[in-house]
Amino acid sequence: MKIEILGMGCSNCNKLYQNVLEAVKRSGKEVEVTKVEDIQKIMTYGVLSTPALAIDGVVKVAGKVPKAEEIEGWIK
Amino acid sequence: MLKYLADSLVYQLMGIKPGTMLGEALDFFFYDSMKVFLLLVVIIFVVAVIRSFFPPERSRKLLGNRREYVGNFLAACLGIVTPFCSCSAVPMFIGFVESGLPLGITFSFLISSPTVNEVALVMLWGLFGWKIAMIYIGTGVTLAFFAGIIIGKLKLEHLVEDYVYRIKMGESAMAAPTWMERFAYARDYTKDIIGRVWLFVLIGIGLGAWIHGYVPMDFVLKYAGPGNPFAVPIAVLIGIPLYSNAAGAIPIVQALVEKGLPMGTALAFMMSIVAISTPEMIILRKVIKPKLIAIFAGIVTVAIIIIGYLFNAIL
Repeated sequence: MKIEILGMGCSNCNKLYQNVLEAVKRSGKEVEVTKVEDIQKIMTYGVLSTPALAIDGVVKVAGKVPKAEEIEGWIK
Repeated sequence: MLKYLADSLVYQLMGIKPGTMLGEALDFFFYDSMKVFLLLVVIIFVVAVIRSFFPPERSRKLLGNRREYVGNFLAACLGIVTPFCSCSAVPMFIGFVESGLPLGITFSFLISSPTVNEVALVMLWGLFGWKIAMIYIGTGVTLAFFAGIIIGKLKLEHLVEDYVYRIKMGESAMAAPTWMERFAYARDYTKDIIGRVWLFVLIGIGLGAWIHGYVPMDFVLKYAGPGNPFAVPIAVLIGIPLYSNAAGAIPIVQALVEKGLPMGTALAFMMSIVAISTPEMIILRKVIKPKLIAIFAGIVTVAIIIIGYLFNAIL
């Protein structure tokens, strides 16, 4: 499984990154977490609001910061 | 109801005599803070639920291939309901340009979105009444409409960074949120906004209350009244660096209006706080050249000054 955080490094993007790390830790699963900060690449996901989160290439949420519990639900 | 609460709190519980300066100021402070926070919670929540129906991806589709005028108007209106945060300004800008939307329409959106925001609206409604709040919305949309048209007419497409035109956007198919998710979003959004502005609101209302109770009547009239032709541009220039502190500034402005500040000057001041923000300009630098940022800021500044003079003449 692969989770990507889309965002150019705003404070909300970092918050989302922290939440994802926490969710992954709690789930105990093997998940690859990467930040996508290049705007050209972000746009290929079709999102207009950041931060956004994609799981295995599919955008789950854009323009808000989901809580760790919520993200944990998606990992399972 | 709230007035009664504030009165009994100050005059009975705290035992301060009615009619004294301290009493007036404290009464004003408690009454206004209760009113404003109640409004903030209710309205931001409602606005957030409405906004959950208008993610920017949808606005982009709605704007489609609209031409000038209709497109500018629609963009200015969508700017009100689409959630905006300066961290999304760049992807939004690119997404709009990539969909073939003319630059002027994109700017109508970019101007209206921060200008007509729910925090400013609540503060205006709570402290000045719904009429001024409506005038503010109308003026904000008009400003975004005309400034966008002017930018469109100037044919400045070459001042957008070249790479923007080379980006190809992908498709995303996000599931529409359920009502539960909309309410959860609205709740978090309301908490987030209140958490960010409450201190400014209290400081603003506190200063406003102090002005209300202690600054002599007509004090403002002497310096920034209709007799001073430069009051409007000076107010606008003071407002520009105050970005994001509309919540704190509006209560102070209200107290100043009571002491003789003309409404047009007040409106221009409040508008300059939200419409022109330095952080947004810095972020937009990633997609447009400095010259276009300067033109954008210049047009909006001049337009707001005109709005100030106009309302001073008619209100």
